[in-house]
Amino acid sequence: MIPIPAISEMPKFRSGRVLRRAGAAALTALGLAAAGCSSNAAPSAGPSGSATAHAGGTYTILANAAPPGALDPAQNYTLQEWQLLIDTHDGLVQFKRVGGAAGTQIVPDLASAIPTPTDGGKTYLFHIRKGIKFSNGQVLKPSDFVTTFERQFTVPGPTSFYSGIVGASKCANASKTGQCDLSKGVVADDQNYTLTIHLTAPDPELLDQLALPFAYVVPSNTSMKVIKNTVPPGTGPYMWKSYDPNSQLVLVRNPYFHVWNAQAQPAGNPDKIVEKFGETVSDEVTAVENGQADEVYVGDTIPADRLSELNSPQFASQVHVNPLTADYYMALNTKLPPFNNLQARQAINYATDRSALVKAYGGPSLAVPTCQILPPNFPGYKPYCPYTAGSDHTKWTAPDLTKAKALVKASGTGGMKVVVNTDTPDKAFGEQLVADLNKIGYKASLVVLSSAIQYSFIQNSNNLKKWSVSFSDWYQDYPAASDFLNVLLGCGNIHPGSDASPNIAEFCNKNIQTQMDKAESLAVTNPTAANGIWQQVDHEVTNQAPWVDMFNPQQIDLLAKRVHGYQWNPQWYLLIDQLWLK
Amino acid sequence: MAIALTESAEPPAQAPEDLAPEISGRSPWALAGRRLRRNRIALAALVLFLLIVAASFAAPLYANDVAHVNPFVNNLNGTTVINGHRIPLLQQGGGVLKLGETPIGPTWDIGNYFLGADQNGRDVMARVLYGGRSSLEIGIGSAVICCVIATVLALIAGYFRGVIDAVLSRLMDVIWAFPVYLLAISIATALLTAPAGLSIGPLHLVASSLWLPTVIIAFIYLPYVYRPIRGNVLSVAEKEFVQAGIAQGASDLRLIFSDILPNVVSQVIVLLPLMIATTILTESALSFLSIGVQPPNASWGTIISDGQSLLYTRPWVSIAPGIMIVLTVLALNVFGDGVRDALDPRAKLRVEG
Repeated sequence: MIPIPAISEMPKFRSGRVLRRAGAAALTALGLAAAGCSSNAAPSAGPSGSATAHAGGTYTILANAAPPGALDPAQNYTLQEWQLLIDTHDGLVQFKRVGGAAGTQIVPDLASAIPTPTDGGKTYLFHIRKGIKFSNGQVLKPSDFVTTFERQFTVPGPTSFYSGIVGASKCANASKTGQCDLSKGVVADDQNYTLTIHLTAPDPELLDQLALPFAYVVPSNTSMKVIKNTVPPGTGPYMWKSYDPNSQLVLVRNPYFHVWNAQAQPAGNPDKIVEKFGETVSDEVTAVENGQADEVYVGDTIPADRLSELNSPQFASQVHVNPLTADYYMALNTKLPPFNNLQARQAINYATDRSALVKAYGGPSLAVPTCQILPPNFPGYKPYCPYTAGSDHTKWTAPDLTKAKALVKASGTGGMKVVVNTDTPDKAFGEQLVADLNKIGYKASLVVLSSAIQYSFIQNSNNLKKWSVSFSDWYQDYPAASDFLNVLLGCGNIHPGSDASPNIAEFCNKNIQTQMDKAESLAVTNPTAANGIWQQVDHEVTNQAPWVDMFNPQQIDLLAKRVHGYQWNPQWYLLIDQLWLK
Repeated sequence: MAIALTESAEPPAQAPEDLAPEISGRSPWALAGRRLRRNRIALAALVLFLLIVAASFAAPLYANDVAHVNPFVNNLNGTTVINGHRIPLLQQGGGVLKLGETPIGPTWDIGNYFLGADQNGRDVMARVLYGGRSSLEIGIGSAVICCVIATVLALIAGYFRGVIDAVLSRLMDVIWAFPVYLLAISIATALLTAPAGLSIGPLHLVASSLWLPTVIIAFIYLPYVYRPIRGNVLSVAEKEFVQAGIAQGASDLRLIFSDILPNVVSQVIVLLPLMIATTILTESALSFLSIGVQPPNASWGTIISDGQSLLYTRPWVSIAPGIMIVLTVLALNVFGDGVRDALDPRAKLRVEG
């Protein structure tokens, strides 16, 4: 369903964060308080009041570089821009804007309620809120959504998210023609303020996909072509004032914003959000430690030798470590020897020293070893690790070389040449796998490619003969088990000859695929039962060992001392607009 | 036929008069050798360079018999004994958060992580020695290849002149026109990151082969050697002894390799150490950018790059290979100047990258 990996493409995180749930609810309450007692006269007016008790100040983020690619919300696929777009734009629905597990819950945003699908799960009728204006003063109409969805295909964005909408199949060439007609799939009634979405088949993940920034509404008179260095007006509490990719971007308050559903789009606290580009990450750390800026951008990897100083009690209140719903893994080439052999795949899984890989990432505070596909705290997750020494199969403790060597012998693949492929920043993982493979009798060598080409290279089936083991990673698009299991290991996500073929291992097991299909259809009506099936699928895929799953990373956030109100949302990470400055 | 090493055949200005009869009976090479032996600074530089070469080529000896380590295999869970205590090579951060893993620093114990460990738990000292081997192999190899090819091309262009000279010289001008590092980075990025490596006819170089950076660096410096030698060939080809050879019906090959080459070879010899210094620097720069030597091999450039993320806590990972580069390049430049003074005292030749 999602052939283009989203957050897996964003800058790699080398650091982690501690979830500060304590006080999150209280802080949220403060953030949501419609007090209107801001010292700032200009900011936000409106019936619900948009200024909060902690409103005011300029929040400054330091980022090594500007978000890559065009700024167009229909196209930009980076956490760096998404963290800001959620504050400037809205969709029909939204992930609940709070920290903790509740942050994965879908709540109505510009729609007044979450609709129950009809027509066997193929039709969704949304009632759109009235009286909402874009930041340019234009009144929001349901027909604006039609343009927004059509722009997905003309710009284009990662169209597969919305390819199930009726009429979308005819928009395949829309990026060339600039024309896409979704009038039968997205039906707007500007009189009654309703929007009806018709799908060609039930999609249990539609609401998750509607909560992504690709589906955030822009005015219907927005260009149908890609917009590179500006962002069209949105409806959120902030608006984009300026953007220079060589210098900085500035967000200021949207004068037309008022709170309509604080769970989806609360009022923001800072009056202004500035993101400056161009410092080295080490300089960013120094600046934030000295109080000259407020945040080291979460996607910037804090250098290994600056981590030790963050352990100092002096910075204890400024550092936050949180688990990411992400996997770092080595895909095994299931099409060619030796890893077209199940025993060989299981052997390297037993042999891999995951504690060494964790150390290479930054230590046990920043990564947790894993054997299975789904990350912790994810729908369908139940701890499972068959590839460990000892009898406790719920967690990895140590490699089991004896079992690994026995499996290599049984498979008859010992002594074969194996090529490990990785990218430059993740060289250490490749080097470790080479060492582990050599320990159990393979002749392993390493190929390190530029990170600019490695991911495309390993996805393309034309290159299958050039690697046996490939490094990759995956960060969730949204919290659904299929986003890992079906996207990365489903038979439908092998696209021969394409650079966008996310099932890198080319693993296809008909029985498992049948279960995945069953779970996807069941999810429309019974998500809990569906998650039960996903749990089973996760364990069965793990037994088939198409990957060496290495670890689940954690994220470090470093904030200035004056920043308060930290909340960690599993979908959007650090909630910038809910921070306040003292 | 006499070797017309005209410039260097002249006695040095400072030569004592009482040596004049002795000098007149010696060959230009013997004179050059004598001048070089008198240049103690150049000799000291040569000794330093040879020591670095010897140490680098003794890397396996050090790794296997002194330090007992494999510097190419990760050792993230490894331990060592310091002051009677067994400690992990990578030590977890302290405090409440326990962020990061820091490798041990220098122990200054020659057999036990003398310069500490890198972020993969590998012995830095052993890697610096092995890295020197790669850097020197590539530096010397590319400089030799470059000088040989450039000399042959310069001989052909300078002797035959006309269309051949025009084509070769314009080709060299095209290469010359690119900033040298930009050209090196472009070629290295295209070839070293190509998963299939480089294929030229039956010759196939995989991305991890040391030959790939060697060939790239040799190529980018071709015009820097070609141009001065071609100029010299043009001049020598006009000398009377060459004209006499032509009048006597000597073949082109004989004239080029027996008459002209011996008269330009001293210039190549002067250039060689300076080129080696330049190519070592280039190799280090490319490897620092991860487009030179590929893992599991190491070079001084890759080790500096690896140490970049440890500059605050373990600076020796970067400083040690940095010192080796400085010493090697300094030694080669000083020695190169000495060779130039000995062979060609009036020359103002310099190689600039």
